[in-house]
Amino acid sequence: MSAKTANRVATIVIISVAVFIVALLAGLLGFILVRGIGHISFDFLTSAPQTIKAGGGIGPQLFNSLFLLVLTLIITVPLGVGAGIYMSEYAKPGRFTDFIRLIVEVLSSFPSIVVGLFGLLVIVNLFGLGFSLFSGALALTVFNLPLMVRITEQAIRGVPREQKEASLALGLSRWKTITSVMMPIALPTIITGTILASGRVFGEAAALLFTAGMTSPRLDFSNWNPLSPTSPLNPFRPAETLAVHIWKINSEGLAPDAAQIAAGASAVLVIVVLLFNFTARWFGRYMYKKLTASK
Amino acid sequence: MQDKQRVVKPHIAEEWVGKIYTLLCIFFLIVTIFSMVYFVASKGISTFFLPNVNLLDFLTGLKWAPEGSPPAFGALPFIVGSFTTSILAALIAAPLGICAAIFMTEIMPGVGRRYLQPVIELLAGIPSVVYGFIGLSVLVPFLRDVFPGQGIGIAAGAMVLSIMILPTITTIAADALAGLSHSLKEGSYALGATRWQTIYRIILPTTLPALLTGVVLGISRAFGEALAVQMVIGNAPHIPKSLFESTSTLTSVITLSMGNTVSGSPHNSALWSLALILMSMTFVFVFIVRWLERRSKV
Repeated sequence: MSAKTANRVATIVIISVAVFIVALLAGLLGFILVRGIGHISFDFLTSAPQTIKAGGGIGPQLFNSLFLLVLTLIITVPLGVGAGIYMSEYAKPGRFTDFIRLIVEVLSSFPSIVVGLFGLLVIVNLFGLGFSLFSGALALTVFNLPLMVRITEQAIRGVPREQKEASLALGLSRWKTITSVMMPIALPTIITGTILASGRVFGEAAALLFTAGMTSPRLDFSNWNPLSPTSPLNPFRPAETLAVHIWKINSEGLAPDAAQIAAGASAVLVIVVLLFNFTARWFGRYMYKKLTASK
Repeated sequence: MQDKQRVVKPHIAEEWVGKIYTLLCIFFLIVTIFSMVYFVASKGISTFFLPNVNLLDFLTGLKWAPEGSPPAFGALPFIVGSFTTSILAALIAAPLGICAAIFMTEIMPGVGRRYLQPVIELLAGIPSVVYGFIGLSVLVPFLRDVFPGQGIGIAAGAMVLSIMILPTITTIAADALAGLSHSLKEGSYALGATRWQTIYRIILPTTLPALLTGVVLGISRAFGEALAVQMVIGNAPHIPKSLFESTSTLTSVITLSMGNTVSGSPHNSALWSLALILMSMTFVFVFIVRWLERRSKV
């Protein structure tokens, strides 16, 4: 085979791999949406699941997932942004900084099931929080924190040096420079990254099996007292999320329409994750245009 | 005391607030990781203080019957299961990912950035349970029809995992290829080499450590993935004779059994030992990645 033919063959192979990957995604999304969307209705999205009868919904699970996401973000964002600021602004090159970098790397490569087990051992049993939304949120914090740190660090490093130096030269303290000069510039990147991370958190299940639990108590959506055990807002109740629910009905579902429920719930999950993705993308582009005044 | 407080100027006080706050965040990270290692390790090691269990038997034993009498704790089937599935997944995903990266950087950068990159990002965003569900409802029946066996097993697990780790491998490979200096490529083209010759004689060898970094990260992710694998692997606790026979991985057995065991029982401790193996492997993977990264900087 001459060099030219080899070149042509290789190019065709590479292009077909690229086409294959695009087709793969289209197939996956198409399958999930086609199989699931027929099952999605207002009733499906709001009613409670049934154990052995057909016609169960995913209302509480959907609510739990969203509530858990909010709780997780409330804990993760301040911690992650703080640590990210430290890494980009305060950390001096040296052993300690290298060590923290190693820690972030290790933490981000821990399997989520190990994070869940750690949550079971420490948060659920040792701290006595039991299977609860709050335990789940803490486990997801551990899982999400390295990502937040990395996002913040990169965003802050992306701030033009001149802006920072000008602010310091005007006599502002380092912290004031960070919070009122660098943060506003870095914020769009941080927000985009956070939305993408939220998608990941929303679909996470392995870390939640043993922390947020695999059951959801009967919820009374008219009860808004956060301390009552039947209130949806109570953070100390067990909560099965949508992703955990999908796993559970696939492995031990008894309802006759388990397959349809799994398909419907998967479609909902994928749609929400896609929404997060598109929002992040749109927001990033919007802020970029706004900040750079380009069309 | 009052006077002293007034002496501290507000901008200096502010500086301290910032320093202490960010340090506390870092401190939280350090405490988390150390307590994680400590708790999982102490639980996992406790198994080996039980009578008639030792480390060597645990790692090489073939029989897993923690509730039997006498109980047997041989974790080798799970270790084999985890390694074969994740390495097989990487063998499928690595060529695809590297081709995709070449497409994005060398062949059609415009199309690549516009279409392939978002596709890869979306693939990374699909939750693992959804992959498991698709695997269970499409891949397993397909494999059952085409090959002898039940359809569940290492082949199904590896295929599901390969799609899940494809984004990791592609992204890292694309970054590495894009970071390559132009002069190398231009030199090769100037000597009359075709694009393919340039790719496989110049670009791939130069970026090899970085490409391998992506592959190792992919294996590491596949190794730790729990639910998607558990759904398609079948969960039989023995080493399979074929790729289409039910087996288990470290993560799948933990996922299935941890909820049904009593804390402190030998069965429960044995599961923690499996978790300890998972955690130690994470460290191994991180060190391999670091070593490769050092190589690719030179």
